[in-house]
Amino acid sequence: MRRLMNLAPRPGIRLLLGLLPFVLIAFIYVAASAERRAVNPDDKLLPPVSEMVAAANRLAFEPDRRSGEYVLWSDTAASLRRLALGLGIATAIGLTVGLGIGVLPLVGATLAPLVGVLSMVPPMAILPILFIVFGLGELSKVVLILIGVTPFLIRDLALTISALPPEQLVKAQTLGASTWQVAIRVVLPQIMPRLIEAVRLSIGPAFLFLIAAEAIASDVGLGYRIFLVRRYLAMDIILPYVAWITLLAFLMDWALATLARRAFGFAYVTERR
Amino acid sequence: MSSTIAFRDVWVEYGDQIVLERLNLTIAAGTFVSLVGPSGAGKSTMLRMLLGQERPSRGEIMLDGVPMGHEPGPDRGVVFQRYSVFPHLTVLGNVLLGFEFAASPVTGRLFGVARRNAIAECHRLIDEVGLSEHRDKYPYALSGGMQQRLAIAQAIAKKPKVLLLDEPFGALDPGTRAQMHELIRFLWRDCGMTVVMVTHDIKEAFALGTRLIALDKKRVDPQAPGRFGAIITYDLDLTRDSAVPVLGFTKPLSKAGSAPHQGAQEGVRP
Ligand SMILES: Nc1ncnc2c1ncn2[C@@H]1O[C@H](COP(=O)(O)OP(=O)(O)OP(=O)(O)O)[C@@H](O)[C@H]1O
Ligand SMILES: [Mg+2]
Repeated sequence: MRRLMNLAPRPGIRLLLGLLPFVLIAFIYVAASAERRAVNPDDKLLPPVSEMVAAANRLAFEPDRRSGEYVLWSDTAASLRRLALGLGIATAIGLTVGLGIGVLPLVGATLAPLVGVLSMVPPMAILPILFIVFGLGELSKVVLILIGVTPFLIRDLALTISALPPEQLVKAQTLGASTWQVAIRVVLPQIMPRLIEAVRLSIGPAFLFLIAAEAIASDVGLGYRIFLVRRYLAMDIILPYVAWITLLAFLMDWALATLARRAFGFAYVTERR
Repeated sequence: MSSTIAFRDVWVEYGDQIVLERLNLTIAAGTFVSLVGPSGAGKSTMLRMLLGQERPSRGEIMLDGVPMGHEPGPDRGVVFQRYSVFPHLTVLGNVLLGFEFAASPVTGRLFGVARRNAIAECHRLIDEVGLSEHRDKYPYALSGGMQQRLAIAQAIAKKPKVLLLDEPFGALDPGTRAQMHELIRFLWRDCGMTVVMVTHDIKEAFALGTRLIALDKKRVDPQAPGRFGAIITYDLDLTRDSAVPVLGFTKPLSKAGSAPHQGAQEGVRP
């Protein structure tokens, strides 16, 4: 008998094993929902799948009676715009400052302690300040994502750079590279895979900050909608929204993972399956 | 082009461990130095000093009579024991990099005709180290010996005045090794570089070098292993016809330690 740690499933079996928990959860949900409905026909907690599909259809394909908008899509567009702005700007700042700290000891000495302290500030605790300073509009939501995610990206990249073998940096200099050339031709391409990984890991926190900000002050957005319909116990809307947000996050994660593998294949060859 | 290298009373210490002690050494321009010594003697450390990657704790290193700049530069090429090639570039990309650095300060990349010319030059170099079939592979897809050959091609691409090699052929089979010996010898003659090569292979040290330098710890304090550093225990001129080295020969300590050696031509007669 081989050791358990050496038993790996074949691809087909792997797929089945991966699907199994999903099927189980779906089955338990359907059974529980039916059970509750049988006891109380007005139950709102676990609406059957049919009701959720109907609600989702209504929100996605029928214009809202008051505003005339397709609610799901306007919510999605607003939220994704905030998320993309927040994550995009955070990535740009994280890359620039991370590179600076990692490559230039002078910049590292100046900024690394500051970033270390800033990364410990709980972003949600300063959300009121953001609302006061930037108002209740788009800006405060984008800035919250920015503040929540950027310090992590900076620190992660600076750490990745400090883990590069010093031989490589010396070697580049013996090939005549300037500081700038070392940064863009030696360091940058080698930290790009890690940057993408770090952004992937930030998608979750970014959504957290987004939804929190939308729940508190907004008039459109996925988080706003969930917290709005919560008042009517509209689980048939909340659950599809949660599933939709999860799907969006999953797709972003998958797209970034694919991008990293396509563009920076060299970084993934030694990875364990 | 080549350079004279001089160590003036160089000490290297890491914390309270002395690695190199009172190093005095002059290497004439165009010398091929084989550097031998047991593991941990400080051979790689000596190369790091020569590179400008680290500074000696005491003393000075002169390049052509002037104190060496305290940072690595294109006048000194290197093949490290490990991590010598860039994992994110193909074989061709690795060799091309030096040309791109020289020609393009802003983007660090070459385009068009300039790129094609540089690539032609790189193909020749890659050919010389026998990697033409593997031109488009990334380093992870190369064996250890192939990576070292790539590192050699990369290091000599820009014709440095001083070439520093840290066990460059350690991972090669005898056949390839002989080929690489030919290549290095040819390059050294052709470009007239000063070469310092660390090796554990005594035969190789004698076959390639014009001067052989051995580093070792002469004194050991069992209570404090870091008390004493390595010194030059052998310094042989290999250019003379009669240079049949006598095993066990040791230069008198006082001479090896203090009197700077006046280059290969005046090497110590065994
Ligand atoms: N950065 C460092 N900090 C502390 N000690 C170091 C450092 N670098 C090297 N040493 C010590 O210096 C000594 C010489 O190391 P070095 O790498 O130069 O040996 P070497 O002669 O190249 O050995 P090998 O043949 O195994 O490569 C060793 O005892 C090592 O522990
Ligand atoms: Mg070594």
